[in-house]
Amino acid sequence: MASALHYQTIAGLSAQLAAGRLSSVELTRAVLARTEAVEGRIRAFNSRDEADALKQAADSDARRAAGRSRGPLEGIPVGLKDVIAVTDQPLTASSKMLANFISPYDATVTAKLKQAGAVLWGRLNLDEFAMGSSTENSAFGPTRNPWDLTRVPGGSSGGSAAALAAGTALATLGSDTGGSIRQPAALCGVVGLKPSYGLVSRYGLIAFASSLDQIGPFTRTVEDAAIMLGAIAGHDPLDSTSYRTDVPDYRTALAGKRGPWRIGIPKEYFGEGLDPEVGAAVEKAIAFYRSQNCEIKEVSLPHTQYCLDTYYIIATAEASSNLARFDGIRYGHRAADVTDVEDLYSRSRAEGFGAEVKRRIILGTYVLSSGYYDAYYLRAQKVRTLIRQDFLNAYQEVDALLTPTSPVPAFKLGEKSDPLAMYLCDIYTIGVNLAGLPAVSVPCGFTTGGLPIGLQLIGQPFRETELLAIARDYEQGHDWHTRVPSL
Amino acid sequence: MNYEAVIGLEVHVQVKTRSKMFTRVAAGYGHEPNTLTDPVVLALPGVLPVMNKAALDAVIKAGLMLGCDIAPVCKWDRKQYFYPDSPKNYQISQYDQPICLGGGVEIELPGPARNVMGEHKRIPLTRIHLEEDVGKLNHFATDSLVDYNRAGTPLMEIVSEPAMHSAEEAYAYLTSLRATMVYGGISDCDMEKGQLRCDANISVRPVGETRLGTKVELKNLNSISFVRDGIAHEIKRQLAVIERGGTIVQETRDYDGQTGVSQSLRSKEMAHDYRYFPDPDLMPVRVDEAWKSRLRSECPELPFDRQRRFMSQYQVPYTITSVLILDRALGDYFEEAARLAGPGRAQAVGNWLVNDLLREIGVAKTDLASAKVRPAQLAELVNLIESGTLLANTARTVFAKMFATGDSPAAIIEREGLTAAPTDAGELEQWCRDAIAGNPKALAEFKAGKESAINAFKGPVMKAAKGRADPKQVDATLRRLLA
Repeated sequence: MASALHYQTIAGLSAQLAAGRLSSVELTRAVLARTEAVEGRIRAFNSRDEADALKQAADSDARRAAGRSRGPLEGIPVGLKDVIAVTDQPLTASSKMLANFISPYDATVTAKLKQAGAVLWGRLNLDEFAMGSSTENSAFGPTRNPWDLTRVPGGSSGGSAAALAAGTALATLGSDTGGSIRQPAALCGVVGLKPSYGLVSRYGLIAFASSLDQIGPFTRTVEDAAIMLGAIAGHDPLDSTSYRTDVPDYRTALAGKRGPWRIGIPKEYFGEGLDPEVGAAVEKAIAFYRSQNCEIKEVSLPHTQYCLDTYYIIATAEASSNLARFDGIRYGHRAADVTDVEDLYSRSRAEGFGAEVKRRIILGTYVLSSGYYDAYYLRAQKVRTLIRQDFLNAYQEVDALLTPTSPVPAFKLGEKSDPLAMYLCDIYTIGVNLAGLPAVSVPCGFTTGGLPIGLQLIGQPFRETELLAIARDYEQGHDWHTRVPSL
Repeated sequence: MNYEAVIGLEVHVQVKTRSKMFTRVAAGYGHEPNTLTDPVVLALPGVLPVMNKAALDAVIKAGLMLGCDIAPVCKWDRKQYFYPDSPKNYQISQYDQPICLGGGVEIELPGPARNVMGEHKRIPLTRIHLEEDVGKLNHFATDSLVDYNRAGTPLMEIVSEPAMHSAEEAYAYLTSLRATMVYGGISDCDMEKGQLRCDANISVRPVGETRLGTKVELKNLNSISFVRDGIAHEIKRQLAVIERGGTIVQETRDYDGQTGVSQSLRSKEMAHDYRYFPDPDLMPVRVDEAWKSRLRSECPELPFDRQRRFMSQYQVPYTITSVLILDRALGDYFEEAARLAGPGRAQAVGNWLVNDLLREIGVAKTDLASAKVRPAQLAELVNLIESGTLLANTARTVFAKMFATGDSPAAIIEREGLTAAPTDAGELEQWCRDAIAGNPKALAEFKAGKESAINAFKGPVMKAAKGRADPKQVDATLRRLLA
């Protein structure tokens, strides 16, 4: 483990803070200094409020001094993807449409992090409205991969993954609609957790696709992911899709869970398009689990071939509707010198949205239009049910599924100019969103070129503790997660 | 050729709830613009809707009152169109699974005379669904301003079958529907506040034809009278077009109640594709039997059922019951007073209530709830009259004082010395003799067979009795003397 403060874990820093060997202000200053040093090369942040972060850190130190520490996140700087609302802070979704928008309210996860004593630090870059797999679709410019500045960090939560990998935050939140946490986590060599749909409130998360979106953490270790999940999970009366379930103390529960596990290998996830180095790293991970007396079983998810089509119908349909509110009337970008309300709408939206967002709005509008609904949206929902059933069938025999997170490691900026080629980046991750399952990406090696590789573990609905325990067992047998890029 | 009109109504009724349909902010009317808003109403980035269960309760109750089938699951859809009064640019509504299906509204058509009950009919309903209201645009010379206070208010849409055939039926339908909604406490249905709004679909066809003609939608009918006038006007317009050899164009027309003129707003070619789909932010809500039976137990008796019961149970005539059912509280007042007055006195209670109390309330520009005369006092007054203690004309004086002070009739009688007439037959007979003697002309006319001439003697008798004589007794005495 690198010794610099900005590369330590929440668990470790929390212990130092609790012991009085470190203050939140010192820690926050270290993170600000690191950011000052490397952010110019990474461009992970859309905005930063140093004064506000230091004030929160001072407040945290005061609480701790008064014996009112709020738990393991007390005083820890946490970055948020710029689609999660924080009162009086910008909320842009990396879109020109919201370039000047300041949120007047807190997302539920924001309120929960504040309640947990975290220092909220920075608004992190993403593909505009979370649509993309490289963070190149940001209206404010791309984020670069800390392991290779000529490459992308993945997306859409590229800023959240890159900031953590660069040591400019100690944990971050992202959102995952089709892989937007797990794929950038894999490409940046960090842990990324997408919780079960409904475990974490979506209130205050700018919606891309409501039935697929889920907020989750990026952390350096699985244990840190458990700490973060414990802070943000739980039923929220402001989100009707929020699941009523008791949230355990994941960190404690995790410590009590041990294998051996029954692990399924879906054969459909190892086919054409899988980079050989990625494939080899994942095979080694399988061998590791086998060596730990886990039962490894090949399983089939026969509807996998329909995932991409299904996803791009449902996600775009919901997005076309969710993004209708960005019209230039009440807030956001408004075109100048409009002639009438139609002109206001069409020009504001034409100017405010980028190409990929427009592409998906048009596609989504088409699949919902009169005469096409049954053939596209309704059918996609039926296929979605089959895809979920595939997973549930597999869980009759295994505890979790193991796959590569991304078929390829980080690619060059500008390399995937064809939208379809970009969509294929999510081929191993979107099925999880369609089925509403929890999944985590953990570092599982490096390419010969030094690029991180991610391993995806897919769990059963609302059994995050077990999923994290399986990931923790892998992590404890390896040191990939301790490596940091040379910046 | 003879033509008939076919009319279907789409009625929007704002549901009376404390908060809005999908967020906690208050619902209300007449507040400063954009004060009844929050991040959800304004559709800020990231917000989510949460259903107001009280609004769903109200609509299920409305459906139960109107005999609808209640769907086992309440499902929400997005109806998508861009307009500045709609903050999300979609409206959360119910598309293919409305919460209420079928049912009907009982109506009464005008009778042959005011005091004769008209024909009753049941206008079948297609559906009732729940949705959210939109904001309000105010247009100025160069720009428009939008007020989102109304946006997100729970709104039910009640759709009738195309089963009405005249403006009068539509008028009766709306009157009855409004009364039912007010009875159920579902809405105040104040059209001036936009709590009840009506669009009408109107077509004409040759009598005997079963297919529907091309329909025209009439919008912005903002009073029940304007609905009647607008429909009558539209039927005439369509018939005139056909008589000229023209054809009806499917369109939406705006009827101006003030000028009585309609004009085309848009034709069918501009119809919207609303791209309905299930709202992924809202989970379907299961409506079980226990829920329905709880609401069923809260449903009041419907106005026409109550009228029939008043007529049979209390023998109150049609004209009086027609008034008594206009307001649920008035009917409750009546029943309370009738119960306190005792058997056989309900009709007198009804008469006093409708003819006297309501008149005084109207003159004083107050309402029943704040009237000082309570059912017990009205019952007491009726009993004093029926027992002969108080004469009808004296009773009016007493009643006026009751209305002004809220005192009981007994207290007023005591204070003012207003007891019933002394029944001294000798004194009364003397007054009658004096009156006859004082008017030989009337005497001659009466003797010649003019029955009404007897009334000419009654005034002087009453004057002599200082108003405290029993008119029946006066009449009987005069007839005896004149015989």
